[in-house]
Amino acid sequence: MNTIITADQLFQALRETVVMVGVSLFFGALLGIPIGIVLVITRPGGILQNRFVFAVLNPLINVVRSLPFIILLVAIIPFTRLLVHTSIGTSAAIVPLVVYVAPYIGRLVENSLLEVSPGIMEAAEAMGATTFQVIWHFLLPEAFGSLILTMTTATIGLIGATAMAGTVGGGGIGDLAISYGYQRFDTFVILVTVAILIVFVQGIQSAGNRFARKARRD
Amino acid sequence: MIELKDIHKTFTRKGQTIEALKGVNLRVDKGDIFGVIGYSGAGKSTLIRMVNYLERPTKGRVFVEGEALDQFSPVQLRKTKKKIGMIFQHFNLLESKTVYDNIAIPLVLLKQDKKSIRERVTELLQFIGLADKADSYPKELSGGQKQRVGIARALASNPSILLCDEATSALDPQTTKSILDLLKKINEEYHITILMITHEMAVIQQICNKVAVMEQGEIIEQGEVLEVFGNPQHPTTESFVRTVIQTSVPESVLQSLSPEGAGRLFKLKFAGGNASEPIIDSLIRKYNVSVNILFANMSQIQNTTLGMMIVQLGGEDRDIFRAVEFLGSRGVEIGELQDLQEFQNRRKDPVIAESHKDRVIKEVTAV
Ligand SMILES: Nc1ncnc2c1ncn2[C@@H]1O[C@H](COP(=O)(O)OP(=O)(O)O)[C@@H](O)[C@H]1O
Ligand SMILES: [Mg+2]
Repeated sequence: MNTIITADQLFQALRETVVMVGVSLFFGALLGIPIGIVLVITRPGGILQNRFVFAVLNPLINVVRSLPFIILLVAIIPFTRLLVHTSIGTSAAIVPLVVYVAPYIGRLVENSLLEVSPGIMEAAEAMGATTFQVIWHFLLPEAFGSLILTMTTATIGLIGATAMAGTVGGGGIGDLAISYGYQRFDTFVILVTVAILIVFVQGIQSAGNRFARKARRD
Repeated sequence: MIELKDIHKTFTRKGQTIEALKGVNLRVDKGDIFGVIGYSGAGKSTLIRMVNYLERPTKGRVFVEGEALDQFSPVQLRKTKKKIGMIFQHFNLLESKTVYDNIAIPLVLLKQDKKSIRERVTELLQFIGLADKADSYPKELSGGQKQRVGIARALASNPSILLCDEATSALDPQTTKSILDLLKKINEEYHITILMITHEMAVIQQICNKVAVMEQGEIIEQGEVLEVFGNPQHPTTESFVRTVIQTSVPESVLQSLSPEGAGRLFKLKFAGGNASEPIIDSLIRKYNVSVNILFANMSQIQNTTLGMMIVQLGGEDRDIFRAVEFLGSRGVEIGELQDLQEFQNRRKDPVIAESHKDRVIKEVTAV
């Protein structure tokens, strides 16, 4: 089968995807995990119940999450420029990816933490643990297995989003598929990129499941 | 020492208010194993959660070791909580941590160094008999073992009070007994005051020295366990007592009683020491009466025996009087069952009313 891309181009794209997913996952988690924690502790009945914080944060996350990634990408270009002094290229793609994935991770983390049994929280409270101690010694360790699955889901979501990041010159596998495979009718590129994405997603999901199982001691 | 003064607790949920506690007064002295019993929904959990302020009273005050909890700052409150251990029906252990780490948590929260944590946890593991399970995870343990870990965790910070919320309700009778034995040992060896709630009278019977009976947010009866078991006042208390002590006379015995039968019917109650004395033997030998035992029941309440007996005494009224007097002098509570017909119709053992007892005494005095 004929193709117009070189092996170098393919590896370059792979690298870009890995960088985009990796970096935005890192910053997304850095923002998203605290968001999830704040949601859980400030909710009504939470250990640091705070009507105001919860009432602002909760809908804000819904707003950001309801924007399609492609809209978000364009809408925050001024913000992206401010942050990384450019609006094209891989680093420019990472900013909207983080903005996209952080609230998503926040919501997933919230769900994971809410799965921790109220009995555990009660025991923590009975021991006179501070808010920080409750989070650090009870909530996070108990939700660890579930948090791994959360990050797995977020990573896979990011891989999908990076395909669109090509629009701002972010590059990556998805971009390769669109600009060569789809727009220039290169069937080989389509097949190869799709195969790579499938392997990525499958690999990440089964690794995530395995780690989660281990953490949960099933 | 724990003191609850006029505690009210009202919950509001979906616009509906629930009065979970309606003016509860309770005093648990140092060294007590105080049991609170009641049916589900009576307010027991709400009550015990007042003691470590997991739930705050709507009205009323809680005193722990003489100090009112409502005057404490959050920091002081956390400090006080570390002096109050708590164990739960469903153990509430961290599934993600080993037995060792679970027991260590309260000490980690206290920021103790690794070495002293190791010493204390090792000592506690020995105490609960699970030294070989230090590296196991809660999932690998049986219910009884989990509760032992829960107990060790509660004891880690050397509390003076242990709260037990239905601590044995998820366990089988055999395991329940071993956990209760462990609690008793904790009370005796570490001098820890225990407040426990349960819906099983057998639990109270085995280890408590005091009991309070709760119903619909109120304490309807409380006192020394022996007192309450021997002489329940409230119908609910009586039905709880009946779950562990047979106080009703079997049907067959009831029907075999006939008014024409020789002699008069008496109900005797023994408690403590006199239950083991050969009183009936002395009765027959020293007094000129015939003794026909129709029903007898002995119950063990910790180290004390509680006995109940229905006897038919035959002979001259004068002799019977002297026999009754003798029994009374030996600390046996005695009352005559006057109306056999009524007694039979009720088909259960009547609690002899005080006036009834007086009547017997008056009657016999009149002889
Ligand atoms: N957090 C709560 N919110 C609303 N109602 C509650 C709450 N906790 C307890 N109740 C109500 O208070 C009553 C007493 O409950 P509880 O103390 O758990 O009883 P028990 O432990 O004796 O079964 C019940 O009617 C229960 O529904
Ligand atoms: Mg309860």
